[in-house]
Amino acid sequence: MSITLRLAWRNIWRQPRRTWLTTGAMIFSNLLLIFLISIQLGSYRMMINNTLAPFTGHLQVQYQGYKDDQRIRQVVPGIRNLAARLREGLGVETVAARGAAFALVSSEERTYGVQIVGVEPTFEPRVSTVPGLVSEGRFLDDSSAPEIVIGTRLSRNLKVGIGDELTVVGSGRDGSFAAAIVNVVGVFDSGMSEVDRSFAEVPLQFFQDTFAMGDAGHNIVVNASDLSAVAGIQQAAQALLPATEGLTLYHWNELQPGLQQAIQADLAGAWFMYGVLVILVAFSVLNTQLMSVLERTREFGIITSLGLTPGRLGRLVMLETAMIGLLGLGLGVFAGIVVTYWFTVNGFTYPGLDEIALQFNLPDRIYPDLNAISIFIGPTVVFVASLLAAVYPATRLHWLRPVQAMRAA
Amino acid sequence: MYAVRCVNVRKIYKQGDEDVIGLDGVSLEVEKGGFVCLRSPSGGGKTTLLNVMGGLDRLDSGEVLVAGKRIDNLSKGQLAHIRLHQIGFVFQAYNLIPVLTARENVEFVMQVQGVPAAERRRRSTEILAEVGLAGLEDRRPAKMSGGQQQRVAVARAIVSNPAIVLADEPTANLDSRTASHLMELFVELNEHHGTTLIIATHDQMVMGYAKRLIRMLDGKLVEDIDHEAS
Amino acid sequence: MGEIAIGLRLAWRNLWRNPRRTVITLAVVVVGVWGMIFMIAVMRGMVDGMLFDGIRSLPGHVQIHNPSFRDDPTINNLLPTPNNNLAAALNDLGVVAWSARVRVPAVIMSERNSRGVTLIGIDPAAEAPLSFVADDMAEGRFLEGVEDVGLILGRRLVDRLGTEVGKRVVVMTQDPDNEIADRGFRIVGVYEAQVASTEESYAFVGRGTLQSMLGIGDQVSEIAVLGADYRDVEALYQRIDAAVGDGAEVLPWYELNRYLSSMLGVMDGFVLVWIVVIFLALSFGLVNTLIMAVFERVREIGLMMALGMKPAIILGQIIVESLILLGIGLLIGDILAWATVQPLRGGIDLSVVSDGMEMMGVGNVLTPSLRASDVVLATVVVLVLGIFASLFPAVCASRYHPVEAITKD
Repeated sequence: MSITLRLAWRNIWRQPRRTWLTTGAMIFSNLLLIFLISIQLGSYRMMINNTLAPFTGHLQVQYQGYKDDQRIRQVVPGIRNLAARLREGLGVETVAARGAAFALVSSEERTYGVQIVGVEPTFEPRVSTVPGLVSEGRFLDDSSAPEIVIGTRLSRNLKVGIGDELTVVGSGRDGSFAAAIVNVVGVFDSGMSEVDRSFAEVPLQFFQDTFAMGDAGHNIVVNASDLSAVAGIQQAAQALLPATEGLTLYHWNELQPGLQQAIQADLAGAWFMYGVLVILVAFSVLNTQLMSVLERTREFGIITSLGLTPGRLGRLVMLETAMIGLLGLGLGVFAGIVVTYWFTVNGFTYPGLDEIALQFNLPDRIYPDLNAISIFIGPTVVFVASLLAAVYPATRLHWLRPVQAMRAA
Repeated sequence: MYAVRCVNVRKIYKQGDEDVIGLDGVSLEVEKGGFVCLRSPSGGGKTTLLNVMGGLDRLDSGEVLVAGKRIDNLSKGQLAHIRLHQIGFVFQAYNLIPVLTARENVEFVMQVQGVPAAERRRRSTEILAEVGLAGLEDRRPAKMSGGQQQRVAVARAIVSNPAIVLADEPTANLDSRTASHLMELFVELNEHHGTTLIIATHDQMVMGYAKRLIRMLDGKLVEDIDHEAS
Repeated sequence: MGEIAIGLRLAWRNLWRNPRRTVITLAVVVVGVWGMIFMIAVMRGMVDGMLFDGIRSLPGHVQIHNPSFRDDPTINNLLPTPNNNLAAALNDLGVVAWSARVRVPAVIMSERNSRGVTLIGIDPAAEAPLSFVADDMAEGRFLEGVEDVGLILGRRLVDRLGTEVGKRVVVMTQDPDNEIADRGFRIVGVYEAQVASTEESYAFVGRGTLQSMLGIGDQVSEIAVLGADYRDVEALYQRIDAAVGDGAEVLPWYELNRYLSSMLGVMDGFVLVWIVVIFLALSFGLVNTLIMAVFERVREIGLMMALGMKPAIILGQIIVESLILLGIGLLIGDILAWATVQPLRGGIDLSVVSDGMEMMGVGNVLTPSLRASDVVLATVVVLVLGIFASLFPAVCASRYHPVEAITKD
């Protein structure tokens, strides 16, 4: 092994405590960074999934502008057939057609304004968790039956249960009076009061008949196998849409803009904090290497007199820094993985998390997402920052004058 | 061609508020194979002259030539090259890199010069044996006596056959017996290798070994006794 | 006593023996403290904003309802108008404002669309100091009295309904006999709330108008009470609870919105954790510097001991040195943090991530809030932990034997 490498390694260990303290700072930061970033990524993933799972889905085919205006006339024509074509073309079953309209729903004692959603009983369970969250009774099974499934909150507000009847009154697509009597066959409990209170599901055919929709609907939900596959499916689905009808394929980003933004805002705050940590470690390295260089002034003077250029000495210092940095990186990554892994198994929580979790559609334990990015991004930045911090002490050697140096110390 | 040649060298340096004349128009030629002792009282200029000859310090006027080439007008990088290949140094103390073994200290310079590992090993073994340290190659400086440390320094200084070896009070920290052993080593190198030696000292014992004795006072050469010539 | 004075003087001068090292270490502390305080100010500002908006939306610090109202927020669960006891309690010190309101679910129908909302009948004069509406009016006018026949809607709702100020809409709700009561209203004003989703949920009319529409005399659904400080509601709450007796349910804001109250607790926890984390990152460098400083003064410490200085004073001196360093760093860091918060006092505009902010319940403008209590906490924690961090080097110094120390090379 080259003497320079040996020299650098041994130089680091001249003052073991000092080196360990510097490495300690790196290990501490790296561990923290790995843990926090994994938690962040894990909770983002959960947040997105949990927000989209009940109802929104990954992609939706809609009439252009429907998501903003939500007028009953902004339809997707021949919706069932289009949905079937998408299923075939994409080779997946996770495609479901829907229609939606606002209506007054009355029980014997109460009336509420509610969003009525017509769904395909066979396919809706593949794109939404609501059918699976039916806690009483059952989900819809027949596309034309006059049945309805409502949320627990709504059932309480209307004071109805399984088997009771509700009157649905609204306006059809052509402006005509739309009315029907439906049977409550199921009650779902999503755990999110907004969801439980504000919409009810009926079979799609029944919806289309009641609201004079003809064969049209309002949106087709298309789900990919997981978040990372969405972009791919989006391309394929886009290609399958008929060009003439003014239809658009909306990404969940556009359907729930708040999600991505909330994540971005959180990331911004987090980057700030991580930045402070990295700067602190870098300063630590700067101080250490500066001390180490200064106390070797005389020795460096002698080495220069042997004919080594200051540049070479500077490289020696950088090499030493790199070694300390790698030590901190390696041990930090190891510690970070061990600690974070424990939490991937057991979940992470803190007091107050359960209420906050409710707001963000998160379960009350967060499971960190340990992947290549979350493991290496923090420690790599720390390593680079450390090298940068050593530039100043290394370049100071450039001005080293052998005679003065040897008179020093 | 002379090993080293100084032509009317002047050097002034500042001490506090005052200007001190370090070298006052020094002219000197040393032949290859020469063995010169520079003597002066403290502050007389011997160390300054040594530093200037070795390219460690700049002149204010005059010229210095090593192996026929001027070194006073070279850049730092070029100077480093000269020091690496042409000049060897032995200082009074703190000569060695404490975290390297004796062998590694000797090989260090060779590695920088680009000598391949096998060759380095061969030469370092040879030279350490020659200075009488066979068997101690893998010891660190802290585990060696003052005399042994100086021998390693000498070994390192000569291992790449430099044109001149400059030694600044090399025996100052040694007891008299060790000092004389070191001087005998110098003599041997000079006679068998033809190494050109310039030793700055104010130790009478050391001066006794020189073939040529130059006395300096206040930055000027005042006496130049060449035993061989006479 | 003289020893302590000398110790202090020595501590100060020793700090400046190696100015560069001290300055770098100081810089690290300053960066750390700045990072601490600035981040805390931003997060506090966010939470303060959330709480403020949230409480203004509830509204109030304490609310009084019919015991069944929260479960079934309809017209059937009313309160009588405040009796003497309650009126007295409401008029005493500690109550900054109160407002009696009628709150019912309703449906608003425009020519284009229908929407379900929460309709609130208010007394504009009483409501103004309590809730957000009066402040957030963007177009048209606010209500002018309890008998005002105008309707105030949120901007989002007005857009969804495809209508505007000056136009008429039909408001439909249920009266106590479960009959549909409907009435035409002219939109007289539009509000734009901090949290945009509020705009779709709440519509305001004059209380008297609503009461006559529903035929409920002078009964109300709820009474909202505002105290002086949202952090100090307990006393107010107890008084009102006593005055009201068993006929009604009294709740403080932190029970009404658990998300908000947990945010507060989490925030306090976060502050402490963040301070400790930063300090730990700092401490590695700090200890390193101190060890170095002690190390290079071995001979001198030995000398001092030989001259008669007690080991305890030596130990104290090292600790004082570190405290002085931290103290200066805290001072500069605090000033820097204050200086960087000042230009942001007008608030940071978050409209680019407004939808995301909404998900979290945060408004569009974030005003950082630099609280003395946070600064004090940071200072105390840093100094106390600083003492612990400097303990090791200080103990080492105090253990040196004079003879060994002086003759050490």
